Amino acid sequence: MNFEFTEEQLMIQQAARDYAQRELIQDVIERDTHAIYPEKHVKALAELGFMGMLVDPEYDGGGMDTVSYVLAMEEISKVDASVSVIMSVNNSLVCYGLDKFGSKEQKEKYLKPLARGEKIGAFLLSEPEAGSDATSQRTTAEDKGDYYLLNGTKNWITNGNTAGTYLVIAQTHPEKGHKGINVLIVDRNSPGISVGPHEDKMGMRSSDTHSVMFNDVKVPKENRIGEDGFGFKFAMMTLEGGRIGIASQALGLASGAFERAVKYAKERKAFGTEIANHQAIAFKLADMAVKIENARNLCLKAAWLKDQGKPYGYASAMAKYYAAEIAMEVTTEAVQIHGGYGYVKEYHVERLMREAKLTQIYEGTSEIQQIVISRQVLKDF
Amino acid sequence: MNILVCISNVPDTTTRIKYSADMKEVDYSGVQWIINPWDELALTRAIELKEANPALVQKITVITAGRADVEATLRKALACGADDAIRVDAASGDSLYTASQLANAVKGDAYDVILCGIESSDYNNSAVGGMMAELLDYNSVSAVSSLNLDGNTIKVTREIDGGKQNIEVAGPVVLIVQKGIAINPRIPSMRGIMTARTKPLKVVPATDVIPASRVVSYEAPPAKSACKMIAPDHIEELVNLLHNEARVI
Amino acid sequence: MSVLVYIENWNGKFKKSTYELVSYGKRIAAGLGGELSIISIGNVDETELKKLGAYGAGKVLSANTDMALDDKAYAALIAEVANKSNASVVVMANNSTGKALAPRVAVKLNAGLVSGVNGLPLSYQPFVVSKKAFSGKSLLQAEITSGKKVITLSQNTAGVEEFPGDVTVEPVDVSAVSGSVKVLSSDVQTGTILLTEAEIVVSGGRGMRGPENWKPLEELAEVLGAATACSRPVSDEGWRPHHEHVGQTGKVIAPNLYFALGISGAIQHLAGVSSSKVIVAVNKDAEAPIFTAADYGIVGDLQEILPKMTEAFRKFKANA
Repeated sequence: MNFEFTEEQLMIQQAARDYAQRELIQDVIERDTHAIYPEKHVKALAELGFMGMLVDPEYDGGGMDTVSYVLAMEEISKVDASVSVIMSVNNSLVCYGLDKFGSKEQKEKYLKPLARGEKIGAFLLSEPEAGSDATSQRTTAEDKGDYYLLNGTKNWITNGNTAGTYLVIAQTHPEKGHKGINVLIVDRNSPGISVGPHEDKMGMRSSDTHSVMFNDVKVPKENRIGEDGFGFKFAMMTLEGGRIGIASQALGLASGAFERAVKYAKERKAFGTEIANHQAIAFKLADMAVKIENARNLCLKAAWLKDQGKPYGYASAMAKYYAAEIAMEVTTEAVQIHGGYGYVKEYHVERLMREAKLTQIYEGTSEIQQIVISRQVLKDF
Repeated sequence: MNILVCISNVPDTTTRIKYSADMKEVDYSGVQWIINPWDELALTRAIELKEANPALVQKITVITAGRADVEATLRKALACGADDAIRVDAASGDSLYTASQLANAVKGDAYDVILCGIESSDYNNSAVGGMMAELLDYNSVSAVSSLNLDGNTIKVTREIDGGKQNIEVAGPVVLIVQKGIAINPRIPSMRGIMTARTKPLKVVPATDVIPASRVVSYEAPPAKSACKMIAPDHIEELVNLLHNEARVI
Repeated sequence: MSVLVYIENWNGKFKKSTYELVSYGKRIAAGLGGELSIISIGNVDETELKKLGAYGAGKVLSANTDMALDDKAYAALIAEVANKSNASVVVMANNSTGKALAPRVAVKLNAGLVSGVNGLPLSYQPFVVSKKAFSGKSLLQAEITSGKKVITLSQNTAGVEEFPGDVTVEPVDVSAVSGSVKVLSSDVQTGTILLTEAEIVVSGGRGMRGPENWKPLEELAEVLGAATACSRPVSDEGWRPHHEHVGQTGKVIAPNLYFALGISGAIQHLAGVSSSKVIVAVNKDAEAPIFTAADYGIVGDLQEILPKMTEAFRKFKANA
């Protein structure tokens, strides 16, 4: 056992913290209020290498391990989860999926600009009537010989409008059920693609969420990742890693709110002393600290397993489930500790609370994680 | 042109300072260490100059005096863009001791520009840069708030009491830099962190130098009395208090 | 056991801080039982130099030269005079010039250096001085163990004291002095009060909301005869010039009265102003940390309060 981070991991954590605390913090409230896409921050983080940090350096990535990724995601999410969700989708869904399962040609053409952050990717799985149940895909990719013909609608797509590259999950052989599903690399500029209006969300307001419609979009055959029918497996395996990203995001929302709550409790006075000296507040802080520590350990364990090449789906489901649940609890308590100030935007914690809610919903709801965990438990014990 | 940047490892500026029981030492347990903010700006400017004039600035070297635990700071500097690093294996001492260790380590090396922060955020003694210049018999300019290279000509702005001067100075020179020299401290990129793995970090032994001063003891600054609050519609009371109680107007 | 004080001039004139430095040197010389000499470099006429007599100068060595500040050449000259006058303690101001010269002089004299000393030495044998460390978060006592000592005085910590007496002025030969610094242009503030010299400073932070709101702040400063300053975010945003930034990485000041208007009071800001004798804070956030550092506080909207303050001080000045 070893709980020490390496010097490099600490350096990446510090770099992410510096960027978040110096730059992201400046205009985060304004971006949230007006739902402004964080374009300059995405560009700056790309230049620092945060948009493709897990990708092999051969394909212009940062070549960093998943533990570093957790540390970076936590720091960015402490300040702005809208930025970290862009980072998470690009890194752990799109880049990871291409890096792990793409062909050499696909990597050269599509992965490199994504790893450099020159293009941003989107992962198109959810549909109006297929969220958690990914097997019932209604989007179709009809095999037309040397191309696929794509038709259907995808929902809740992060980076839906800004992405240059889509990874689209679609049904080719309905009779085969989930074994007939494929995953296609689709250029955003292909004819027949239209993007719905920006979703006006409760939180993560400056991330760019849209529905995407495909109307007879031609996708070359060579843009299919893996064998015919690999799509469902691809989605499931990629989402296992994606869960680590969202778990770390939830962790960051919790620890960001916690840091603010501790600071506030040590400054704010009531009944002649700092509120931190009142047991009602001090015990809240103790409970928050334990939850955050647990969530962090689950995230790091899942990341470590992934880095060791060991199975990590069970661990990442636990991390995602637990971190999201405690993010909601901790951010709510942080608002409570701030009292009236917590309810106004200037103190940041209400935003973190709104954002925490989404971590219980997307990339597999808490209930889906419970299914994953319970199935494994029942199999093992 | 070769640039040397001197960096110091200091406690994070938000650290609460604790002391040993006898108040003779600072208790550094649990302290988060950072690059001295002025040194970080100096390093940032050096890297900016090299990026803007790759043909002119050949090499950036960073140097510090300290034990092995300060190497993390040097490697961060390498990740930010320095080319190589030197650690003088010396314990901490006074300004003259530190300046002598650094000067002895680079004596004879051909640095055209040596950059130092104007002070360190721990002892605030504003001494190492000027002392190095004298020990190496270099020119020096202090309170430098901008640095540009015009070919091999070194152009700097220095702050003087009540204004600033734009000057030209002949190398080799020690430039003692302050705020303004660079705006945002450089954050290392993934690529930088990766390439830092293979950049050279040389350790040189300390030389025999006798310090000329020592800290006798520390004390916490006197506590401020509670702030007197004045109602916004009674400004005349503030005037009255400043005049009759505080006696500052 | 004599003392040498290096003084600078501003267009041939001295300031209150010069007199503080000279009278500080006089008191140290008295403590050591020795003589005080002053070294002035630059073009200063005899009348101005003779003014130093009132503060205990005794002997003034005047190096009359047009040469711009050149760290190496100036330091060599000061060290040479220190050796000739057998000075055991050399004193300078802890400002940009002192910071430039003191370290070089210290090496030349093989002396220990303590910068930013607060007030008189605590003892002469051993030679112990007090100074701030960790940017104001700590105080320390340091002993200079070498035979010769160099110290720089933190402004406004010793005060001006008068020691009426005779003063002799002697020229210093500068024919052999040459510099390597070429001044291309200068931008020296005129007419306004120097931030580091000011007894009252009016300073604005992000709570001022924008550069367009600085007019009332400047009016208040004018009424009080104060210098204007700002916090780091303000100078970083470009609302005010960098030379107005006070704080850890900006200027460190010690006025008698400091107004923090719309400044939250981050620890880095306090590091630059905590030596102020009295701090007045105005902030709309009653929980802002500035109130823990301030002596007098007002919670409220600056746009309303600032004009009222100016009016109240104007009335006070008119009646004073």
